[in-house]
Amino acid sequence: MAASHLYARRRVTNIIAMALSMLATAIGLLFLAWILWETLSQGIAALRPQLFTKITAYREDGGLANAMVGSLILNTLGILIATPIGVMAGAWLAEYSNRSKLGPVIRFLNDILLSAPSIVLGLFAYTIIVLPMKWATNGDITFSGVAGGIALALIALPVIVRTTDEMLRLVPSTLREAALSLGVPQWKLTVQILIRAARSGIVTGVLLALARISGETAPLLFTAFGNNFMTINPLDKMPSLPQIIYEYTKDPSPDINTLAWAGAFVLTMFVLLLSLASRLAFSRNKVSHD
Amino acid sequence: MTDHAANPSFAGTAQAGADTTGIEAPAKMTVRNLNFYYDGFHALKNIAMDIPEKKVTAIIGPSGCGKSTLLRIFNRIYAIYPKLVASGEIVLDGENILDAKYSMNRLRSKVGMVFQKPVPFPMTIFENVAYGIRHHERLNRSEMEGRVEQALRSAALWDEVKDKLKQSALGLSGGQQQRLCIARGIALKPEVLLLDEPTSALDPIATSRIEQLVEELKNDFTIVIVTHNMQQAARCSDLTAFMYMGELIEFDRTEKIFTKPNKKQTEDYITGRFG
Repeated sequence: MAASHLYARRRVTNIIAMALSMLATAIGLLFLAWILWETLSQGIAALRPQLFTKITAYREDGGLANAMVGSLILNTLGILIATPIGVMAGAWLAEYSNRSKLGPVIRFLNDILLSAPSIVLGLFAYTIIVLPMKWATNGDITFSGVAGGIALALIALPVIVRTTDEMLRLVPSTLREAALSLGVPQWKLTVQILIRAARSGIVTGVLLALARISGETAPLLFTAFGNNFMTINPLDKMPSLPQIIYEYTKDPSPDINTLAWAGAFVLTMFVLLLSLASRLAFSRNKVSHD
Repeated sequence: MTDHAANPSFAGTAQAGADTTGIEAPAKMTVRNLNFYYDGFHALKNIAMDIPEKKVTAIIGPSGCGKSTLLRIFNRIYAIYPKLVASGEIVLDGENILDAKYSMNRLRSKVGMVFQKPVPFPMTIFENVAYGIRHHERLNRSEMEGRVEQALRSAALWDEVKDKLKQSALGLSGGQQQRLCIARGIALKPEVLLLDEPTSALDPIATSRIEQLVEELKNDFTIVIVTHNMQQAARCSDLTAFMYMGELIEFDRTEKIFTKPNKKQTEDYITGRFG
């Protein structure tokens, strides 16, 4: 019969579509698993407690403690600088820019910044921070954690602006009308209601930005520069995981290469956990709004 | 786009012919020569009507007739969107609210609004009600608690939420959320309460609770309700306005509109011959 023929065809189409999408998922997951496996198997010899306790100055007998602390400081600086500016800019774009011609222009420029090569942003931070600091301090301070943090902030900023803008625009306009009809002014509405309503989406954006900058190497090469000793002074040259991985991979010593793999594994796991955390934050939001 | 401003049979005649026997309330809001444009489109044409104090005025009409548009001018919420223009006058307590000098803050504390879909704020039940009050008045803790309780009681919600005031309002059912929105609106002690299809997203039980509530609230507030549901207008309003294509066709006592309307169009609509 015609109807059952139609259902049979639909079922076949469905099976093919399902198979293709599962194949695509499998390919994606395969590479992720492969990367994790490769970094783990190559670096497992170096995955010992001293990886987290000893510094890179001891070379083969050391660990990556200073690089991890450096990465932590650099990423924290980057996020602390980028988040307030990014959330405010995103809020302006979503809530205020529709009355201004500047809105679409800023949105466009932000998208360009989003896709700007990170090495260019590193060079920019070098020119506007590292060099002036060098002149101002007669060469006492050149490369520094602060410069690295600012370079990372420049990368995180457009991500945060974009997600804040988009998450706020997803908030239904009825919520705006409801608050405004109580006589509440626009700024209170934005800060106290809309940002709160879009909170977990914005947090997701910040976490994604953090995941993005924690893997950045290029912008740190001529800003934070690197350091084989432990430092928590943001005006010092500062090491970071990606930069140490970069240096250790080029090293002729196989033991040092193994340390680089271990560092890569730690970094990948960190980014993976961050992404999971952001997913969790977002899904919890969806449930509570239903 | 025909402009009926030139046609005297449409301009402001609805009010003139109204039989307001039994409606002895003074006008709370007086609408005259009201025209409204959406980016050039003439959406409301020469509306004139007197909205009586402490009565329920229903606005009915087919989709797109301009009834929500009219309601949204009463507290100027339309003004948050660009390219919308209202002209004419709406006099509330002797002052034209369409006057650019009329304070938006003041207008919105006098004219509250409840929307089609319940829109609780992402905060606790208590904070939802306290939020608006806090913007307009400085109250101490116990005064605030009293005001919130009073508002929730007036909205017939107190008994259901009194033990969970600190919980998120997003966890309430749709009907409870809508009553919370009503509580939030009346907590500011407005004089006029605008209801924009307040029950269209609710089930029949929640709907009848809101209708009962409207009946009680008219002791304290002047209520204007826009509804798609003609039975609802018949059940809970004192006056009914019928609108069609941006014009106010007929405005009269609800009983009269539903039993012997003056205009053929009104009769056709309420008997379901078009819509």
